[in-house]
Amino acid sequence: MSGSELLLDYLARYFPVLLFIGVALAFGVVTLAISYLVQPKYPETEKLSPYECGSEPFSDARMPFPVRYYIFAMLFVIFDIEVIFLYPWAVVFDNIGLIGLVEMLVFIGLFVVAYVYAWRKGALEWD
Amino acid sequence: MVEVGIKMAFSLAQIAVVMGIVLLTVMFLTLAERKVIGWMQDRMGPMEVGPYGILQPIADGLKLFFKEDIIPAGANKFIFSLAPILALVPALIGFAVIPFGPNMTVELFGVQVKPFVISDINIGILYILAFTSIGAYGIILGGWSSNSKYSLLGGLRAAAQVISYELNVGLAIVGVLLLAGSLSLVKITDAQTGWFWNWFIFAPPFPQIFAFVVYIISSVAETNRLPFDLPEAESELVAGFFTEYSGMRFAFFFLAEYANMILVSCIATSLFLGGWNAPAPFLQFHGSLAHLAWLSGTIWFAAKVYFFLFLFFWLRATLPRLRYDQLMRFGWKVMLPIALGNILITSIAAYLFPRG
Repeated sequence: MSGSELLLDYLARYFPVLLFIGVALAFGVVTLAISYLVQPKYPETEKLSPYECGSEPFSDARMPFPVRYYIFAMLFVIFDIEVIFLYPWAVVFDNIGLIGLVEMLVFIGLFVVAYVYAWRKGALEWD
Repeated sequence: MVEVGIKMAFSLAQIAVVMGIVLLTVMFLTLAERKVIGWMQDRMGPMEVGPYGILQPIADGLKLFFKEDIIPAGANKFIFSLAPILALVPALIGFAVIPFGPNMTVELFGVQVKPFVISDINIGILYILAFTSIGAYGIILGGWSSNSKYSLLGGLRAAAQVISYELNVGLAIVGVLLLAGSLSLVKITDAQTGWFWNWFIFAPPFPQIFAFVVYIISSVAETNRLPFDLPEAESELVAGFFTEYSGMRFAFFFLAEYANMILVSCIATSLFLGGWNAPAPFLQFHGSLAHLAWLSGTIWFAAKVYFFLFLFFWLRATLPRLRYDQLMRFGWKVMLPIALGNILITSIAAYLFPRG
């Protein structure tokens, strides 16, 4: 296939996906819009105050939160990037033979080293 | 030009059918869940609306549709309105690459179309993983923008939980990709035709049963279902990230959760249980009925998906909720090593005993 045919083939494959995204978005927006038009609107101070078990809300809700969430997010980013590297390798696995296998075993070895390090450092503890 | 038009119209029709079926399934899943859990607890479940409560979801839907949408004072209005859509859309569009039936082509007005998959893109599973991750943004932003402490805590918990278990889902899938040699769900399903021992959960050279278990547990956690529903734990966080949501926006989070359940069930079916393939060739329509094979294929697919959905309800009725530290420890220290070990063993086995 020539370059432009390849591009067309690509577009033909991905166009339905784009169409689906458009339809799903439209469904969401239109449903919310119609619901907005037919619903009653009686705003009131008490009704609009954030829920806090019936008592007067105190202080702002956007307070500082434990840094532990952030550590887990960082661990996720690091490990997820390593996982993404496994995907193309897994797909072409049949064609790359022993070299591919050994290379990836080394890579997974590095993954395990990082994992064990994080475990020993206590980064995987939650308390 | 006409050809393009027909293809577009056909895609649009497919999308309408798939979205219709998914939304209808979601509606009746809410009823099925209450009924199944009711029966497991020796109750009747909803009985008032229609015979045996069968019209309950319609009543619920209408009620939510006509309810006031409250935006709490101090909330970030734009993000608060955006979050439900951001949660729902990724849950729906994942169905674009799921093969619901045999990989066949039909001629329609002189144009070749595939009726049982909306688009067979060669990065299928990667596309689903990428977009379902966006769904987590809807939850986090919804929790943050509500200006409520319960919502914020629920959103944070959801964020940490979803990303932790996303990692395990990603690792569990690699084993199947190794054996199938493709990211396309159509090709992965086609690689499992024949008897049930060709399904990747049982397939030689190394059955993916461990990957399957990791995938199922992790996807229960990813969809925030019991026993992993910490982000919306009602006994401590009221309703978690959607405490402040009401009316149709609340319904959207609900829809998103159930649509995600169906989506992960479809993925599990396609990856591990052979998709639309029957357990044995003679259980498909064959011989003189071979032209109806698509019918038995879609029925098998639906049966497997409904089995997983039943499993979700069964888990909810059986298991108590985990504590947050238990949840994180389980994900990072139990699931992850199993998934990683599965990749190592599968790759070595696949090298020593290549398939086909």
